[in-house]
Amino acid sequence: MGILKPITEWATSPWGQSVPIHIAWFLIWVCALAGLLFLIVHAVYIRYFAKAEEFTGDVSPALAAALPPRIRRHSLAARLFHWIMAASMFTLLFTAFLPKVGVRFDWVTYHWIAGSVLTVSILFHVIHASFWLDFWAIWPDRYDLEDAVRRVQRFMGKPAAPPRRFAKYPLENKLYHGAIIATGLSAIGTGVFMLFRVHTIFFTRNPYLFDDMTWGLMYVLHGLAGVGLIALVMIHVYFAIRPEKLDITKSMIFGSMKREFYLKHYDPQRWVVEEDREA
Amino acid sequence: MAVIRDVMPAFELFQPSTTSDALKLLQHHREDAWVMAGGLDSFDWLKDRIKRPKVVVDLSGIEELKGIRTTSDGIEIGAMTTLTEVVKHPVIREKYHLLADGAELAASPQIRNQGTIGGNVSQDARCWYYRAGWPCYRAGGNICYADTPTGRNREHAILHADRCVAVNPSDSAPALIALDAKFVLQTAKGEKIIDAEDYFIGPDIDITRLHILKPGDLLTAIRIPSTWAGAQFYFEKIRDRNVWDFPLLNVASAMKISGGTIESIRIAVNAAAARPLRLRAVEDAVRGKPATAATGEMAGKLAVEGAVPLQFNAYKIPLMRNLVKRAIGGVEEAKWAS
Repeated sequence: MGILKPITEWATSPWGQSVPIHIAWFLIWVCALAGLLFLIVHAVYIRYFAKAEEFTGDVSPALAAALPPRIRRHSLAARLFHWIMAASMFTLLFTAFLPKVGVRFDWVTYHWIAGSVLTVSILFHVIHASFWLDFWAIWPDRYDLEDAVRRVQRFMGKPAAPPRRFAKYPLENKLYHGAIIATGLSAIGTGVFMLFRVHTIFFTRNPYLFDDMTWGLMYVLHGLAGVGLIALVMIHVYFAIRPEKLDITKSMIFGSMKREFYLKHYDPQRWVVEEDREA
Repeated sequence: MAVIRDVMPAFELFQPSTTSDALKLLQHHREDAWVMAGGLDSFDWLKDRIKRPKVVVDLSGIEELKGIRTTSDGIEIGAMTTLTEVVKHPVIREKYHLLADGAELAASPQIRNQGTIGGNVSQDARCWYYRAGWPCYRAGGNICYADTPTGRNREHAILHADRCVAVNPSDSAPALIALDAKFVLQTAKGEKIIDAEDYFIGPDIDITRLHILKPGDLLTAIRIPSTWAGAQFYFEKIRDRNVWDFPLLNVASAMKISGGTIESIRIAVNAAAARPLRLRAVEDAVRGKPATAATGEMAGKLAVEGAVPLQFNAYKIPLMRNLVKRAIGGVEEAKWAS
């Protein structure tokens, strides 16, 4: 538990046991500042140091000509999931952390309702992605790793071929998705059990479901996931509003992106545009 | 109750002689500072070593916070005025005796000689799990030990509980709400005057405090307007020991009656929730009705709507119903029709 001590608060239980009770709240500011620092560093890098994107290989003119003017990227169901998840995530973050920084309001009810909405939407997403979408499209593959090595080598000034164009999701997207899975599932998994501590419509309240140490660790994990999500959401919003990413953001609203944007960044061999298939 | 260990942990003691000095100290030390009025609640915490502030700001030397002054529209009571002074003050006894009735039922004569009106309305919850130093919600933890299947919760909340089920134990607070008192606060942003009922907050808003004072803030005075001077008052407190105890429930009401009809009314109860509750629904329901037992009975039933008893405090529901009935219909006619 030594590693947890500096980032958690502990108390003595009625049985004399030293137990964690929650994260140290300064982590809210640590994560917010970390997110902000990332944005600043990235923005400065892109503005002053980044070279123009360069990809290996060309798309055949015949294939390009056969593409529709707008490339379908996200189905309506996928978009609805995304925005419901976003709304519940913002609600969760604001209701969790505004009271901790001095904004007082009745947050608990909104928090568990938003958490329930998020949980249901995630369950929907898992089923939808498993059976209706290309499940593996969001997971890193061999090409992603090879291209990542090339990009790092080029960044370091070493000779390397340009990377290939992206599949439907660039490696950065896939890694971000993985981070969201880890933090989101940690928050949801612990949050579901925490519903037993308050009065909700779901369970009969049972504060003795676990012992104090288990509960304490659960609160700590919930808190760590929560503050981690502060930084992750900041980064997500930042990329969503960056000018060069706006086509991707718009595709999450309207469902499709311009053919030119698609041809510039994506490899038709790796992201096959199928008119009849849900994107 | 926790074991009194007598020797308090070390802290830095400040004894300012002016309000502005006190405010400077509080705003400088903020979360590290403990505001001490009469010391009756404070010394429990400090001697039990449950609260360990780095700094204690003792307000007892600030003369401007003491005394009762008549104003153009009522009276102003300094926050450091003792409960005994409040009880004995001739204007309060004549025009606002509801407050004297409530304050006189607080604790014992010795405690009222030392305890202040500001301290009485700002005192902390008496939940013994919390006072024993257990890491409950109110202490910054993640559980309420009283709201468990085996928790001892006879004295706890029946209304507006939210994770924590502790209640506000003040006897003067409901009287001040019924009298439409205003609380004068000094904050970093300047003076703030708020309605008495807005001074108190429940666990839904802030689970670690019973009032809105933030670190650096100070309650300096309580103003009672003349609006309810000389009205028909009722205060009743139910406690386990009549000689000296915190309320199981109390009720305070101020009514203006004309021709047997209730023209206007303010009524509040305390120890039913984490904040004193002004019963607005009851006020609306009985306005324009005769001040009779039947009206009181209707009001009593209305008052307890939404009450959720814990394992050992269901008795508080009929108790509150009866207190509200007696406050409106009078003690003599307190028999229930059904």
